[in-house]
Amino acid sequence: MNNARLKWRKFVSNFMLTMTGLCALVSVSALFFILGYLLFNGGTSINWAFFTQLPKPVGETGGGMANAIVGSGKLLLAASAFGVPIGFLGGVYLAEFSGGFVASIVRYSADLLNGVPSIVIGIFAYSMVVLPFKHFSTLAGAFALGLMMIPITLRSTEEFLKAVPKNLREGAMALGASKSKTISSVIVPAAYRGILTAILLALARVAGETAPLLFTAFGNRFWTNGWTTPTASLPVMIYTYAVSPYEDWHRQAWAAGLVLLGLILIINILARTILSRGIAVPRS
Amino acid sequence: MATPTTTFGSASPVTGSRSFLARLREGDEIARLVTFLFAATVVLITILLVYELWVNSVLPRHKFGFHFFVTSVWDPIMDEYGALPFIYGTLVTSAVALIIAVPLGIGAAIFLAELAPPRTSDTLQFFIDLLAAVPSVIYGLLGVFIIVPLMRTVIAPTLIKTLGFLPIFKGPSYGVGFFTAGIVMAIMVIPYIISVSREVLLSVPRDQREAALALGSTRWESTWQVVVPFAKTGIMGSIFLAMARALGETMAVTMVIGNSPKIAASLFAPGYSIAAVIANEFTEATGDMYLQSLVYLGLVLFLLTFLLNGMARLLILATTQKGSKVAA
Amino acid sequence: MPSIKPGISLNIASTTGVPAGRESSAPLPMRMTISKVNFFYGPKQILFDINMGIADKRVTALIGPSGCGKSTLLRTLNRMHETVNSSRLEGEILLDAQNILAQDVTSVRSRVGMVFQRPNPFPKSIFDNIAYGPRINGMKGSISETVEKSLRHAALWDEVKDQLHKSAYELSGGQQQRLCIARALAVEPEVLLLDEPCSALDPISTAKIEELLVELKNLTTIAIVTHNMQQAARVSDFTAFLLTGQIIEFSPTPHLFTTPGDPRTEAYITGRFG
Repeated sequence: MNNARLKWRKFVSNFMLTMTGLCALVSVSALFFILGYLLFNGGTSINWAFFTQLPKPVGETGGGMANAIVGSGKLLLAASAFGVPIGFLGGVYLAEFSGGFVASIVRYSADLLNGVPSIVIGIFAYSMVVLPFKHFSTLAGAFALGLMMIPITLRSTEEFLKAVPKNLREGAMALGASKSKTISSVIVPAAYRGILTAILLALARVAGETAPLLFTAFGNRFWTNGWTTPTASLPVMIYTYAVSPYEDWHRQAWAAGLVLLGLILIINILARTILSRGIAVPRS
Repeated sequence: MATPTTTFGSASPVTGSRSFLARLREGDEIARLVTFLFAATVVLITILLVYELWVNSVLPRHKFGFHFFVTSVWDPIMDEYGALPFIYGTLVTSAVALIIAVPLGIGAAIFLAELAPPRTSDTLQFFIDLLAAVPSVIYGLLGVFIIVPLMRTVIAPTLIKTLGFLPIFKGPSYGVGFFTAGIVMAIMVIPYIISVSREVLLSVPRDQREAALALGSTRWESTWQVVVPFAKTGIMGSIFLAMARALGETMAVTMVIGNSPKIAASLFAPGYSIAAVIANEFTEATGDMYLQSLVYLGLVLFLLTFLLNGMARLLILATTQKGSKVAA
Repeated sequence: MPSIKPGISLNIASTTGVPAGRESSAPLPMRMTISKVNFFYGPKQILFDINMGIADKRVTALIGPSGCGKSTLLRTLNRMHETVNSSRLEGEILLDAQNILAQDVTSVRSRVGMVFQRPNPFPKSIFDNIAYGPRINGMKGSISETVEKSLRHAALWDEVKDQLHKSAYELSGGQQQRLCIARALAVEPEVLLLDEPCSALDPISTAKIEELLVELKNLTTIAIVTHNMQQAARVSDFTAFLLTGQIIEFSPTPHLFTTPGDPRTEAYITGRFG
């Protein structure tokens, strides 16, 4: 055995494996860099005014993003009201009532929908909601976001329902419960934690979406009453402020970014920790 | 002795299933119908989406046809539209992103799958999953305020000084441009490469690695020459998946690419991408031809991601099946 | 030939592996010697005070019921146990009088080869599978010649000589296992370890491989784990019987199977348990 050659091979092995460790380190640290920058640049701007005041007129400093926060809230609420029932009940159908061909078409459509770039969803929502009503609206934005929630909700519902142990199912039916009764009183309750956390993850995802709101909810520097007029939202605000030439707006963009990311990360961490404990975890 | 012929409930004595009427009475049939309708809605919505994209891009399709993809004129005043600068921008940015993200991502995945003890691997993967949850606009924020200045003051000048003779590194740089957009996109795309590649590597049968080690391989040799090639198809799939996601990322790219519909050789030049031009100009578009050209671009984007996602799915499926049928 | 009871330490001079009826010939050399080996997975002890030898250019079989530790013992011989983090080994394992535990693991493994329970060819061509070992070890000489030589030794050459560039996965199970044997032989190991190599194969392939093993011992020393006693009786020169991590009996095969020294050995080989 050539000693020098062996030494070289071992050196290469240790070197390359260290390099992979570096790759992992670099990748993971990106998360902490992002958080760090947001905290550093936006932390000081998080104050009461940020949460309660309306944006000041262009060029003036100060003000807050109260309308954007409320706007995002309304959008997410309406999006869930639209997307979650469709996804959930569709998932129930896939898990409980169907098989084979029909199921694969539904699944394939959901996967397709899931892969559509969010800006294209925005175009679709524009032509479906904005054009007919002739103006931008919260509803249009909610429609776009709701669409994006459907595939995740559908697939998760199906997987969590299917993961409910057979004996629970059979126990109920043996007692004479009808299929729909079994589903509503036994299976769904058994799976609801998983489904709920999956919905939370879906919400966290659409909460940060900007592109589909650009030409649906559009934006608003004031309060929005009702659902049929344009509304401000946190992500669009961040975008608008970040690309503007005003220093003060940049500062506020950082703060808004911190709030948005903070919320999204908290929901993600909560949802994932709940999911990873106890309940069967299907791969998303 | 005659067997009793009582039947319980409304069970049919022959098949044992309840009759249609019974099912209807108990609400099962309604439940089935209702849930079916909702499931069907999903399919309908998807079909409708494709239809709307198709129908709302009819004007430029008829006027320009396939010329649309090879013309680089984007002139709203003359109503002449060509997608080439945006396709170019999308491709170049994606290429830069891949060149950065693929080695980093696969390297990290190798570390997580082969080297790290299981708990460390899971913890790190958790952080990677969180990274994937960061919205595009936040990446854009960091891009605009951190990476753009870094590019302008440090990265570009260094590269121009050392490699400026190459056309791709010709200055000047204003900080925005293809390279910056590629860097931002790379960070967004890495989590997908890592997650999928890690899973694929973990699914490689243990005895492949053991066979390599038993022949006197070093750990790197067994990883690189046996385990990774075994998982090759799945890793390719992860790359396609990452690309599909990257193509759809709008905001981060829009904020740092420079928004200039020009084709340029230099990576430091400002450019445009398909998603970015739609985001910027959709609400400003005057006239049907203008707007529909943007929708046409949207259709193109949709088709691209559709193809990439399809490829990814096939490749990843192929690997997971391979792992279970190694020995004949 | 005394059989070795557990707890008695091995005096190398006295264990000469002389088969019954051949006491007058010179003692056989031991290629590998296992001394006072205790093995643990974490806190759990799997092997207790193992002392035995692997005779040069002979086939040594390890038999015993499921879970007795025979595979674990085999895997220590090329330090494959180190792929599990929690494993811990005490004692000495000598290859040609040098402790393999003190040497570089990569070079140990190129001298002690292994064939696994289920065929595990690499996702490469037949040629590249066999060439893998010689290539990474930088062996001198023509790779093609080495490949041919190894395939001939594994009795596979005639079947695949025209398809060397096809994928290894196109071979049948039995052929794949012979490919794995050829692959292991290509690095010219001093010892070849086989861990239940036929348990995933059909009877015809099994018979082919058993024939092979008897011939291969002229080339290299062999240690084989098998749960098939008849196989051990057919193929091996020496047999060690293990039970719950201890060597109960270790003696020349004909002796162990016809006149076992320990009642537990007798119970096992007559099928009363295991």
